[in-house]
Amino acid sequence: MTNRNEIDKISGVETTGHDWDGIKELNNPLPRWWILTFYATIAFSIGYMVVYPSWPTPGGGTKGLWGWSSRHDIQTVMDDVAKGRADVEKKISSSDINAIMASPELKAFAVSAGGSAFKVHCAACHGAGAQGAVGYPNLNDDDWLWGGKPEQIVATIAHGVRSPTDSATHTSQMPAFGRDGVLDDQKIAAVTQYVLKLAKLDHDEAKATAGAQIFTDNCAACHGANGEGNQDMGAPRLSDQIWLYKGTAEAITAQVTNPRHGVMPAWEPQLGPDKVKELAAYVISLGGSK
Amino acid sequence: MKNAYSSIAVAAAAFLALMGAALGQDPTFRIHFWIIFASLAVGAVLLMRNMKLAGGAPADQSAYMDEVIRYGVVATMFWGIAGFLVGVLIASQLAWPELNLPPYFNFGRLRPLHTSAVIFAFGGNALMSTSFYVVQRTCRARLFGGVLPWFVFWGYQLFIIMAATGYLLGITRGQEYAEPEWYTILWLVVVWVCYLLVFLGTLLKRKEPHIYVANWFYLSMIVTIAMLVIVNNLEVPVSLLGMKSYPVFSGVQSALIQWWYGHNAVGFFLTAGFLGMMYYFVPKQANRPVYSYRLSIVHFWALIFLYIWAGPHHLHYTALPDWAQTLGMVFSVMLWMPSWGGMINGLMTLSGAWDKLRTDPVLRMFVMSLAFYGMSTFEGPMMSVKSVNALSHYTDWTIGHVHSGALGWVGMVSFGALYHLTPKLWGRERLYSLRLVNWHFWLATLGIVVYASVMWVSGIMQGLMWREYDSNGFLVYSFAETVAAMHPYYVLRMFGGLLYLVGGLVMAYNMYRTIRGDLRDEIPMGAEAPAVKAAQ
Repeated sequence: MTNRNEIDKISGVETTGHDWDGIKELNNPLPRWWILTFYATIAFSIGYMVVYPSWPTPGGGTKGLWGWSSRHDIQTVMDDVAKGRADVEKKISSSDINAIMASPELKAFAVSAGGSAFKVHCAACHGAGAQGAVGYPNLNDDDWLWGGKPEQIVATIAHGVRSPTDSATHTSQMPAFGRDGVLDDQKIAAVTQYVLKLAKLDHDEAKATAGAQIFTDNCAACHGANGEGNQDMGAPRLSDQIWLYKGTAEAITAQVTNPRHGVMPAWEPQLGPDKVKELAAYVISLGGSK
Repeated sequence: MKNAYSSIAVAAAAFLALMGAALGQDPTFRIHFWIIFASLAVGAVLLMRNMKLAGGAPADQSAYMDEVIRYGVVATMFWGIAGFLVGVLIASQLAWPELNLPPYFNFGRLRPLHTSAVIFAFGGNALMSTSFYVVQRTCRARLFGGVLPWFVFWGYQLFIIMAATGYLLGITRGQEYAEPEWYTILWLVVVWVCYLLVFLGTLLKRKEPHIYVANWFYLSMIVTIAMLVIVNNLEVPVSLLGMKSYPVFSGVQSALIQWWYGHNAVGFFLTAGFLGMMYYFVPKQANRPVYSYRLSIVHFWALIFLYIWAGPHHLHYTALPDWAQTLGMVFSVMLWMPSWGGMINGLMTLSGAWDKLRTDPVLRMFVMSLAFYGMSTFEGPMMSVKSVNALSHYTDWTIGHVHSGALGWVGMVSFGALYHLTPKLWGRERLYSLRLVNWHFWLATLGIVVYASVMWVSGIMQGLMWREYDSNGFLVYSFAETVAAMHPYYVLRMFGGLLYLVGGLVMAYNMYRTIRGDLRDEIPMGAEAPAVKAAQ
């Protein structure tokens, strides 16, 4: 090409002779590194397509020289994991919770498996650290509504609390003393002060004295003469300072007037007996169990 | 007869919208059509007030049609601010969930409002107004179609209003970046085809022998977006007076079509379209020739050929067949250099003009935009590699990647174009203040750096936490724990976005004063500040 076009003074490069609204173009070649890198990515891509599945064919696609497939890949990994676990899972299946906790090997595995399952199935209510929330028991302490022995924890997880789908579930119902007119407001206020006294919290002594008899007549049958609770019927201990629905006068009054009844799903139908044992092992490992 | 026919057409459209409001099958559809009716009624009244039935000189057909571009420039600025504001709001909602105000101002409804406002309202108006400006100048021809460019502009604003109010009312197709329901899309297609007619018509009546590279990019954007929108919205409405429709594709086919659309919305709207903008405004602002004509041809054709195949990389490790995933990945890897061709051509155009960066913050904006363009078009192919994607997919890393491209490349190049256009379109000697442009530059750059780096850290942490196994093969973290771990990064991300928004407000002020014709009395950029006089 003859030098008909204008030469750019600054770069010394010929322009293409076009001019659009004052914009010109230099006739520079493609940068060498640019085109070589472009070729390299093309070469890589062709190589990749040869060894991996890459091209549609009737009824599927090419398989690639390496015969790799994502489904086969994930299956291999999952099979490997299952194979590695098979032995210890068999032992967990045939052992009860006490035997699992007694064996260091089984315990370590079960706690790890249970911890993982806990985060998926339990943390939404009981908290990521099993610390609980209002209405959801803290599982780190040693205060239990339905019993803290290992086999009791297994039973609670397996069958749930007030689960509508499990006939072996824990059930109990506290009467609605206020709503149903069993106790009037004055009596509820008095028994509330007595419950605060049992828990050694700030209370009105006069009302609490009046509330003692009301407590004995209405509450002691389940919660015990001194508010020590009854795990067989899920009646919480009232003489400590651990509360399911807060330990304030308002919260206690609300519970006596129109009690709330928490529900926990029965997990065994969903997760199977082995996962339930693993969950129990994790809960026990938090330190609260007897 | 100025505005006579337009008034009648808009009034008729308002009447149709009123029919929709009256006869709609579901309450949401009726409310939506009341809003559409109100918008059209306001438009009709405004047009009628400006109607002249006789006389009035017809517009000079030899001059460029710039009034519609002036509207477009203001609309770009307005929607930009609106979009950034909603972005800061939803970033705050992620950091502090109490800020969700159901049902209208939930994250779920505001998020498409943000993405559509920045991509389609801000980006779309920027593309339309700059393409109208560029195609006239580089073809030396007035826009084709008489009042058609006005219809394209106002029709597009109506589409934005329909889409945005629809999101808040809970009208959505549930596909990312393709949320508007069938009737909104139908309207968009009408507007978009008119946009294509205006652009093609202007190209056809050009007085230049060749078509400038910027116009290739704009045209590829207009044509491809039409194709993508139509195919991804093939759907059957439940009722012609109801909001709901069902797509003809289902399952993995629907997913593949969606990401073929979604990725090429990025590729053709946010890459090709804005490359068109870059190819005009960078050489103009630098006053230098484009570095290489050959490079522009090769990278243009390579880019548009390769981009259209890359969508399946959004569906790695899903039900999509392995062969399609492979194609999505390798075509993305091959895209690296064709994408960089635009960066090289932009940056090398500045050779011989680098000194101007000291004195011209508008040029600085273009350079920063090209730098972010280069970074995100390297990051994109890298993230499409399956083993990288296994970590990055579904994490905040993706959000960081999108924003380094959107805030850095798309935002900065548009700001540069707005700063270039404002004094020219309003016939001002220069911008009100270059120092304010410099402030905007640093606020925006700092905002992007904070945003992108925070999202990298958060995203990679998130990905690593999701895949963390203990020695027995059990997952270590619950999903909620990964969410809790991201809180500080969400707060920082909101801060980055806030900086970017403040930069946008500085620009709005600067543009307002420029349009008013004010000139700020200031020391020129790069000049020494005058010595402070001694106190005595």
